[in-house]
Amino acid sequence: MSIEARFSAELGEFSLSVDVHLPSRGVSALFGHSGSGKTTLLRAIAGLERFDGRLVVNGETWQDGKSFLPTHRRALGYVFQEASLFPHLDVDKNLRFGMSRVAESERRVGFDEAVAMMGIEHLLSRKPRRLSGGERQRVAIARALLTSPRLLLMDEPLSALDGRSKQEILPYLERLHDELAIPVLYVSHSLKEVTRLADHVVWMEQGRAEASGPIDEVFADLELAGRHGDEAGALLEAEVEAHEDEYHLSRLRCAYGELRVCHLPHLEPGSRVRVRIPARDVSLSRHDDAESSILNVWPVRIEALEAGEGGECLVRMRPPGEGAPLLARISRLSAERMALAPGQQLFARVKGAGLLD
Amino acid sequence: MAMAFDWQPVWLSLKLASLTTVLLLLVGTPIAWWLARTASRWKHPVGALVALPLVLPPTVIGFYLLVFLGPNGPGGQFTQWLGVGTLPFTFAGLVVASVIYSLPFVVQPLQNAFEALGRRPLEVAATLRASPWQQFIHVAVPLARPGFLTAMVLGFAHTVGEFGVILMIGGNIPGETKVLSVAIYDHVETLEYAQAHILSAGMIGFAFIVLLALYLLNGRIGRGGRNEH
Repeated sequence: MSIEARFSAELGEFSLSVDVHLPSRGVSALFGHSGSGKTTLLRAIAGLERFDGRLVVNGETWQDGKSFLPTHRRALGYVFQEASLFPHLDVDKNLRFGMSRVAESERRVGFDEAVAMMGIEHLLSRKPRRLSGGERQRVAIARALLTSPRLLLMDEPLSALDGRSKQEILPYLERLHDELAIPVLYVSHSLKEVTRLADHVVWMEQGRAEASGPIDEVFADLELAGRHGDEAGALLEAEVEAHEDEYHLSRLRCAYGELRVCHLPHLEPGSRVRVRIPARDVSLSRHDDAESSILNVWPVRIEALEAGEGGECLVRMRPPGEGAPLLARISRLSAERMALAPGQQLFARVKGAGLLD
Repeated sequence: MAMAFDWQPVWLSLKLASLTTVLLLLVGTPIAWWLARTASRWKHPVGALVALPLVLPPTVIGFYLLVFLGPNGPGGQFTQWLGVGTLPFTFAGLVVASVIYSLPFVVQPLQNAFEALGRRPLEVAATLRASPWQQFIHVAVPLARPGFLTAMVLGFAHTVGEFGVILMIGGNIPGETKVLSVAIYDHVETLEYAQAHILSAGMIGFAFIVLLALYLLNGRIGRGGRNEH
């Protein structure tokens, strides 16, 4: 079971040419700069644009050759950039607009369940104009969920919101991810959102899917990371082990070993978090020197190196066992002096690790 | 004789205008919807055709309708074939003429309202499983309500106020085609200024109240319901 999408279209200056397979579980991000074709691809998947191509969602053909299922006959939910609630209907009627068109036997998301999940119980009788931006978007998400979609499409649902509303919605999106078995396609140009929410990434550039795969692998793709300069970094899954209150630190455990980060007292030991480790905050050494101000020192194995433009070099590493890749950005001179090469064992020193907030 | 005020033209005008407005909404809405959404090369020719009554002298429209619907015109041949006789100088003829003459007053506000909606609300409705017809009925029509109100009021008021077309195709048959505007003309011709005053002043008052009500209503809707766009 998966989502298979192949489209090609010439739209004036812009051309879209995509052939991707996406998992039918979890959140897949369509990630890229504006103008890279993410939204166009999403609209094509929704049937809002009609291009040449083929689209199969969990075994059901939505488009192939001449056949084209119109949007209203596709079991999808769509959350637009702006909430786009119907201004002439109150929240309750907005929520039921789509739900009422789905046969009762097909409904898998209950009204109360969706309303509670998005925390909008108290808003049901209000008109959309009396809601804040964040509230509107939560209603729009619940409205889409209530059609019991087999695929949820979200087009930069946070980008029209201010910072506070974004913070307000992110936890709801995470609940969506954790509590519902609906695959989500999430369009975003925000590295933060994508790294926090996505499991799978399609990296879009100029109408093409440059890479598609599990998020930790795609972000550690040296060529793509090299293009992203300072933003290059790796993603690690970690578990909170303990809080070292007297030092204002929290101890996490990841595939590489212990990771000490700034105090996170709000996280229970045992909870899982995603940590982003910028490549520029990782340095390499041959020995595990005991005397160092850097707390996180891990044994690693070099997997690949790539000299970037200018005097820099990106190094991709793996833990001794199984695990996600780690990136280091070092100078090319260092790489040559140390004679770094794939397969070598050495130590990575991680200066800072940012939790995704 | 001057004391017995003749209300018949007033009722006839109201009947004509009501019937015309209903027919205009039925005919004008699909035309406006098509004009608002099509990318066809026929969009502008059709738009111009619909707008013709705005710029033509009413007598021109009346003249051609008379020829077209007369016993030797294609329209007249058709109505005779149907067995309903010819339409000129009948109430039915006035209705046909009024629908054509007032068409732009209904189509244009509706077209503007539909265009102002944009694609988004309909796309949203489509992603919520609404078929094109349901998108139209449950989203486009309620959101275009101010446009419908304007279209109805303008269509109605313009029909009540028409004169030239009516005179050409309807003549002046009491109870059949002698509507308000024709009655006023008649009164003035026969120097019955008192009756002419009653009807004319009544028309001014009616037109003012209708327009005022329209502006107030649309003002309220404008402030009330469309903040999201």
